[in-house]
Amino acid sequence: MANSKLVRGYEVVIGLENHVQLSTQSKIFSGSSTAFGAAPNTQASPVDLALPGTLPVLNRAAVERAIRFGLAVGAKVAPLSIFARKNYFYPDLPKGYQISQFEIPVVQGGQVEFFVGEERKTVRLTRAHLEEDAGKSLHEDYHGQTGIDLNRAGTPLLEIVSEPDMRSGAEAAEYAKTLHALVMWLGICDGNMQEGSFRCDVNVSVRRPGEPYGTRREIKNLNSFRYLLQAVDFEVNWQIDQIEDGLPIQQATVLFNPDTGETRAMRSKEDSADYRYFPDPDLPPLVIANDWVERVRGEMPELPAVMAARFQNEDGLPAYDAAMMTASLALARFYEAAKALGAQPKLVANWLMGEVSRRLNSEERSIESSPVSAAQLAALILRIQDGTVSNNAARQVFDSLWNAEGSDVDALIESKGLKQMSDTGELERILDEVLAANAKSVEEFRAGKEKAFNALVGQAMKATKGKANPTQVNELLKKKLG
Amino acid sequence: MKSLHDMGVAETRQALQSKQVSSVELTQALLDRAAAHQHLGAFLHLDAEAALARAAAADARLAAGESGALIGVPLAHKDIFVTADMPTTAGSKMLEGYRSPFDATVVARLNAAGTVSLGKLNCDEYAMGSANENSAYFPATNPWDTTRVPGGSSGGSAAAVAARLLPGATGTDTGGSIRQPASFTGITGIKPTYGVCSRYGMIAFASSLDQAGPMARSAEDCALLLSAMSGFDERDATSVQQAPQDFHAQMLQPREGASAAQPLKGLRIGLPREFFPAALAADVDGAVRAGLKELEKLGATLVDVSLPRTELAIPVYYIIAPAEASSNLSRFDGVKFGHRAAKYTDLLDMYKKTRAEGFGAEVKRRIMIGTYVLSHGYYDAYYLQAQKLRRMIADDFQACFRQCDLIAGPVAPSVAWKAGEGAEDPVKAYLADIFTLPGSLAGLPGMSVPVGFGEGGMPVGLQLLGNYFKEGQLLHAAHALQQATDWHRASPVSRPF
Repeated sequence: MANSKLVRGYEVVIGLENHVQLSTQSKIFSGSSTAFGAAPNTQASPVDLALPGTLPVLNRAAVERAIRFGLAVGAKVAPLSIFARKNYFYPDLPKGYQISQFEIPVVQGGQVEFFVGEERKTVRLTRAHLEEDAGKSLHEDYHGQTGIDLNRAGTPLLEIVSEPDMRSGAEAAEYAKTLHALVMWLGICDGNMQEGSFRCDVNVSVRRPGEPYGTRREIKNLNSFRYLLQAVDFEVNWQIDQIEDGLPIQQATVLFNPDTGETRAMRSKEDSADYRYFPDPDLPPLVIANDWVERVRGEMPELPAVMAARFQNEDGLPAYDAAMMTASLALARFYEAAKALGAQPKLVANWLMGEVSRRLNSEERSIESSPVSAAQLAALILRIQDGTVSNNAARQVFDSLWNAEGSDVDALIESKGLKQMSDTGELERILDEVLAANAKSVEEFRAGKEKAFNALVGQAMKATKGKANPTQVNELLKKKLG
Repeated sequence: MKSLHDMGVAETRQALQSKQVSSVELTQALLDRAAAHQHLGAFLHLDAEAALARAAAADARLAAGESGALIGVPLAHKDIFVTADMPTTAGSKMLEGYRSPFDATVVARLNAAGTVSLGKLNCDEYAMGSANENSAYFPATNPWDTTRVPGGSSGGSAAAVAARLLPGATGTDTGGSIRQPASFTGITGIKPTYGVCSRYGMIAFASSLDQAGPMARSAEDCALLLSAMSGFDERDATSVQQAPQDFHAQMLQPREGASAAQPLKGLRIGLPREFFPAALAADVDGAVRAGLKELEKLGATLVDVSLPRTELAIPVYYIIAPAEASSNLSRFDGVKFGHRAAKYTDLLDMYKKTRAEGFGAEVKRRIMIGTYVLSHGYYDAYYLQAQKLRRMIADDFQACFRQCDLIAGPVAPSVAWKAGEGAEDPVKAYLADIFTLPGSLAGLPGMSVPVGFGEGGMPVGLQLLGNYFKEGQLLHAAHALQQATDWHRASPVSRPF
């Protein structure tokens, strides 16, 4: 198997665990609100506080979201799954145990497909299970003490575990981005990484090709894709350094420091914790009958992969473009809206992947807040299609639209005088002038120098002040030069 | 009308409805009586003000013509149920002074039915014990002989009802903690099928075993209380989704083919040979057989059956219950509520000191056992194995119920023992649970009904076990027995206590 991703001769093996906060109104085992940003301990009911005598009751909406995820990744939705207690002591864990799932999770198997550059990659999922989030420990605001905010305690999480199928930081980041986009697409998570709605734990190990898996270390709580890349990069090199120095890799949980760019192991006591998992006797087994699964399936939006296939088959988009157009539901809707107004699918895709994406990224905004609407983009593309403006001119119009200097495409074309020359007679006259004025280039071209042709085209565009249609110029010049 | 404290629940209802006495009068009389009998150690908390306020409210409802069975009836709650208007300790120093912001569902339902709670009743710490000697505050004693234990863990509830301090009380039964103290104190108690009463607000010991139930002086009284206590609760995911039950009506429902003289005709009562071992104390065996004879006279047929894994119930229970308890008690960590050590150096030190100070010896013992059997490398051999055996024990009962309708036998191998006897060897107490544990593990409903006396003049109870959701059948049989006999009417009141 070809492996060009070796780092200093070592193969990198990566698996991810993502904790996805499910976008239910209330918590997974109590009726408290899950809204972010409330004053500390104002969204913590007796159940969340683990007051004596309180009991958990499962929130169906959390299960629905898990089912939706399972269907979207082609996993098996377990007809019966079990909640288990994960026992450990920590102040932000009120019961002294977390209700999770251990031996029998609600979602089993599945896979996620994505592109790394132009290369298609598939990562298998081991499982996804439901569990409750812990509260928050706040160290900064209190002198020599830690504040415990239990608002977050009990928020539903879906923990998604991948197989160790990734072989580079880039693959890991793309996988995480794809998963992030998918859970938002499905409407099961708001994807707000600053607020902790989507968290990544990355398991990294290295090995010489052909050897068994090396010992892995887990980088916990990465909440940005950029940090993920940096952390993996550092960790890989650190592990290789260790091995080359003859030192063994100890299994450990590590934290990434964005300021130093380094990963550092936490106290190793954490890793030998025995959680004494056992089925939670307060919760009956979760039974998901087929009709529930089918109902959820019927209510699901068209999946990105299905939509992408449709864009390939119906619109003739290449696979890569189709994947790009389905990176988010909002983007897909934008694409379809522009397309519906008559813009050529490939041109819409090009503009979205090019101009639009470039500006959105540099301004750190999403398609939902694009100053240029699908209708405006479609209108602009139609003017390219019908030859009214050249691509260059169109970019200028787009600029103006983006900067809100105008909102009507035709009005902008008019006011900026960007209309392409449509009178071929006029064009021919100008070309004749250009050929006459550039006899040297003509001779060089006829002598076989291809570059001379480009020079003539350049002169022609200059003479027409960029208003000529470059394709037309090319054709006519060729004709004239024989 | 009898003296105020001699009336059971049904009689109290009669007296209140017919205006022979008011709830306030009755409540005051019982408050005075409780105050005069503090040496019994039945109450951990008495709240005269709250009780009289509720009594007055009940009298108003009665005056308005309401006819609910429990309006104005005084009782009290085992201190394992959280109450918003009174402290809850679970018999532990860990919760000294704790005030719950909400009522347990069972408490709320009995409050809504108009009962008047006088206070909170003593119990073994976190319901762990068989003698009410594990209470962190003081032991409860047996009113029949105050040098003996009342049983546990609902020892305070049993003592209060037996001593006629209350017509009825709530208890909880995890491995026998309603049935055994009822047997030791000569009163009637029922643990319903697992899931019939809500566990919301019942401080958890062993979640898959804990059940609430009434303790009173007759099957009829128990039926009235259980009807109000039970029913589906959406806040308890293990509570059974069934329509509210009128256990009193079920108790009175005559059997098909039965007659007034033979009300139990056609009822097959299975006697597991393992419940009558050679080692069973002769006095207990005698009283139990006397009770069975009465049931036969009433038309029941006795059938020999077998519960072959009876002895295994002990290790199975003493693995599963501590395992669940070790996890349930983790929340008592000094962080959010309850006791926190006064001095500590860091988080771990705070946890250690808080729990060392807050928990008693038996609780610590069970937490350690539970942690051990769940730990890596031991889970399969202990916890998993115990759960498999538990299923087999439940299946053994089903095999029996193909041959009989009810199962009967002793509640405990002896009468109440002397205070302090259990101290040296906790395992001895565990072994004495042998007859009640199997029913608990299977989640079946079970009762204890008084059937006479044994060594030292101490009461003996007959255990009746029914199949799932057959509380009505149990209560019917017990009621028939109590219509034909007097054992349940005996009280220690004539003896100075």
